[in-house]
Amino acid sequence: MLRFGLVLAVVLAIYWFALSGYTDPLILGFGVISVVLVIGLCARMKILDEETVPYLFAPLTAGYLFWLGKEIVKANVQVVKAVLSPDMEVSPTMVKIPSSPTTEIGKTMFGNSITLTPGTVTVEMEEDEILVHALLTEMSDPEGFKEMAERSAWAVGETKPRAPEDNS
Amino acid sequence: MMQVLIMASETVQAANYVPEIFPIIRNGLAVASMVIGLFFVLAGTLGVLRLPDFFTRLHAAGMTDTLGAELILLGLIIQEGFTQLSLKFVFVSIILLLTSPTATHAVANAAYQAGLKPLLGDYKAPTTAEIAGDYAGDDDHHEGDHH
Repeated sequence: MLRFGLVLAVVLAIYWFALSGYTDPLILGFGVISVVLVIGLCARMKILDEETVPYLFAPLTAGYLFWLGKEIVKANVQVVKAVLSPDMEVSPTMVKIPSSPTTEIGKTMFGNSITLTPGTVTVEMEEDEILVHALLTEMSDPEGFKEMAERSAWAVGETKPRAPEDNS
Repeated sequence: MMQVLIMASETVQAANYVPEIFPIIRNGLAVASMVIGLFFVLAGTLGVLRLPDFFTRLHAAGMTDTLGAELILLGLIIQEGFTQLSLKFVFVSIILLLTSPTATHAVANAAYQAGLKPLLGDYKAPTTAEIAGDYAGDDDHHEGDHH
């Protein structure tokens, strides 16, 4: 808990400075006061845990975002082609896919990643399944979500990634 | 005399003038990124108008949220360079990546819980003849948002 508090303090301080950009003591003093106030509130609400402070795995998450960006571009191109073609042949599908991440934050990451990829939207989250609405049938293949589920579990430090040569 | 000298030196400077290539490249990249972003925003808008039902329209809106907005922000970041303002743009893009899928999911989930049946199966845009002709007898697709 102390560790999470310290990490949150550092992150909030950087965030404050990045947004204000002032170096005079008065503004920095306000910054220190507000950081301490926020940490105090979080400690009182007992929410200083991995969910509030997911920054310890920031490098992994950044790597994941990079991979997700590629997927988003691919999916965008597919959807643009489908939508702008004169015939507009779409095949909406509802499909239940297994959700392998176990922690709440891992599930959130996975569900949000599905929605963020155009062509698939998370409609309902259940215990270990996700109901997904897909614009094209070929996007609703459960195999296609497997890699995303694994990677989103790595991105929040839930499981260790496999050796780099395996996941290419 | 003085003026002639100044004019002469200006012509020399103009002759030796090398266009600064980096601002040109940077502006070009920025504009290209923003134009592609705008294309995705336009495609998303067209998708919202053309697609048949609520759930499929969400996908088109997702395009505007992701590549559209992010590419425009990327263009702004490139144009701004490495400054405090561009750092703020980075924050905006990250916050957008976190909040827009959450909002989309909330809307989709609310519609599903309320019992809105999604249109499933293959769908093709009706041809102009179909639209102009027997509009009432057009029953080869059942749209969820028409009553």
